[in-house]
Amino acid sequence: MTVLDPPQSTARRWLGHVARHRVAATLGFLVLFPLIVPYEALAANILVLGLYALGFNLLFGYTGLLSFGHAAFLGSGAYGCGIALVHFGVGWFGAILIGTALATLVAAVIGFLAIRTRGIYFAMVTLALSMCVYYAFYQMEPLTGGENGLRGVNLQTIGVFGFQLSFLNPTVKYYVLLAFVGVAIWLFSRLLASPFGAVLEAVRENENRARACGYDVAATKLVAFVISGAFCGLAGALNALHLSIVPIETLHYTTSGQVVMMALLGGMGTFFGPFVGAATFLLLQDVLSVLTQHWQLYVGIVFILFVLFFPRGIWGSLLDRFGPR
Amino acid sequence: MMAFPPELLAMQLVTGLALGAVYVLLAIGLSLIFGMLTVVNFAHGAFFMVGAYMGVFLYGLTGNFLVSLVVVPLAVGGIGLVVERFLVRPLYGRGIDYPLLLTFGLSYVFIEVVRILFGLNGLPFSPPEMLQGAVDIGIGYFPLYRLFLIAATAVVVLALWLFIERTAFGLVIRAGARDPEIVRVLGIDVSKIWLVVFGIGTGIAGLSGVLAAPLQGVAPEMGVPILAEAFVVTVVGGMGSLVGAVIAGLLVGVVVAMTSLFAPEMAKVSIFALMALVLLVRPRGLMGRAGLMG
Repeated sequence: MTVLDPPQSTARRWLGHVARHRVAATLGFLVLFPLIVPYEALAANILVLGLYALGFNLLFGYTGLLSFGHAAFLGSGAYGCGIALVHFGVGWFGAILIGTALATLVAAVIGFLAIRTRGIYFAMVTLALSMCVYYAFYQMEPLTGGENGLRGVNLQTIGVFGFQLSFLNPTVKYYVLLAFVGVAIWLFSRLLASPFGAVLEAVRENENRARACGYDVAATKLVAFVISGAFCGLAGALNALHLSIVPIETLHYTTSGQVVMMALLGGMGTFFGPFVGAATFLLLQDVLSVLTQHWQLYVGIVFILFVLFFPRGIWGSLLDRFGPR
Repeated sequence: MMAFPPELLAMQLVTGLALGAVYVLLAIGLSLIFGMLTVVNFAHGAFFMVGAYMGVFLYGLTGNFLVSLVVVPLAVGGIGLVVERFLVRPLYGRGIDYPLLLTFGLSYVFIEVVRILFGLNGLPFSPPEMLQGAVDIGIGYFPLYRLFLIAATAVVVLALWLFIERTAFGLVIRAGARDPEIVRVLGIDVSKIWLVVFGIGTGIAGLSGVLAAPLQGVAPEMGVPILAEAFVVTVVGGMGSLVGAVIAGLLVGVVVAMTSLFAPEMAKVSIFALMALVLLVRPRGLMGRAGLMG
């Protein structure tokens, strides 16, 4: 250490350790999380929608593409899982895989069309195409339940390695969901640490320079879009099992907007930010909706203030202030 | 499929043009704002909704639809001025996504304020007496109000075109859209032009709200689906092109009207299929300039 190095504060050193073991730290937090949240259903909501925001953040935070259509992936993941379970009697594990696969497919189609446009068009095209998915599922009433949503995604017990676990027990349910989210978090971290993760950030920072370095920018964006859709699809499938119903609103524009808010509130382009954002948004909603039916007014105002004054979000601002340099 | 007589097709065509008229007005406002400020106004649907509510409210107060048509664009445009000056302006130079995110948050606020003032449920609204009934247009009887809608849109488009192409201020707008840097060097305060353009764009959104209210009534959420549809029109027409907005708006209106005749269950999805087709064949839109999106 040279004399010129500034003395590191305890907080900065501590956060440095956390950043080096981000998967273990995030998982450790999520394992203890139900203990500090008022009730377990809320903890499970935050867990699942945190995964949704994590998947969204791959595109928005790490690749620099703002999509307003991610409800299409959460929704098709949820419907894929629910329909497999309700109409075709597929087991719960297979249903999760089917939901994730369907969302990946939808992401490939939407992504293929959306990356043909550049810059600002992207948000508009993804929004429009996700509305198209919404109307399509709305129309397929025999399969999707139409306006009423898909009901009866009931899972009483699940068999894991010969054990029968009661899915009706909220604590068991939380940790079953966490097993999936945990694997997703680990995969996500591996992805970011890979050379591909570095290319994503290169595209975000300067698209032309990345192209000049010989990277296929369009293909990189498409792959990022599809992977992002797959993570969100897994979140959707888990959400269907968690809620036992797939409301048609899952596919609506407001669900796409919700994840944009969560990612920005938490801190885009940070590893832990999406979970902070999901927790902030859902706790805010939980508290405000008890006090007033016009809670969206206050959420909207908070969001505007963040855009104006804290664009790095809660976790991003904390990292800027105390994080490892 | 064979059973449709030509008169019915012609009628449906005119119906489509009337529907397209609303799209034209919305897309023009979006395009104008984007062309100048490179801001995608995600609150455009919310401005449309606020205009519709204001129109219904003023009509109830005065009993004169003309008052709504004149006052609402001015009032909604005034809100637009305040939004640009105090909320959007601090974000210039911070990246293209930030104004978009801000206007997105703003749409939540607008929707909830309207819910607080007018209730959670929508209000019915029918055309004013003067414009009720139907007239013979040669191929059959057509609702008078829809004809009025087409005419009003034509007037607005013409006025806007004259304003941009034939006035000194319009000249500055065109110059500013092409190269704000040079305009600034010539000693013109670009931020004032941006302010005015944002006001005009949102004012037209408000006007289209008033004009659309008698077709469907008003509801706090009415701006959401129409925002997606206006985006489709903008993508099809080409961002930043007024001619493109007019052509694409009418085209989308006609496509919706025709599919609701032949395959009603496909009507909602058809315009997105149209957009997908345009993206595949001509990603910049019908009238869009290549490279504008940078």
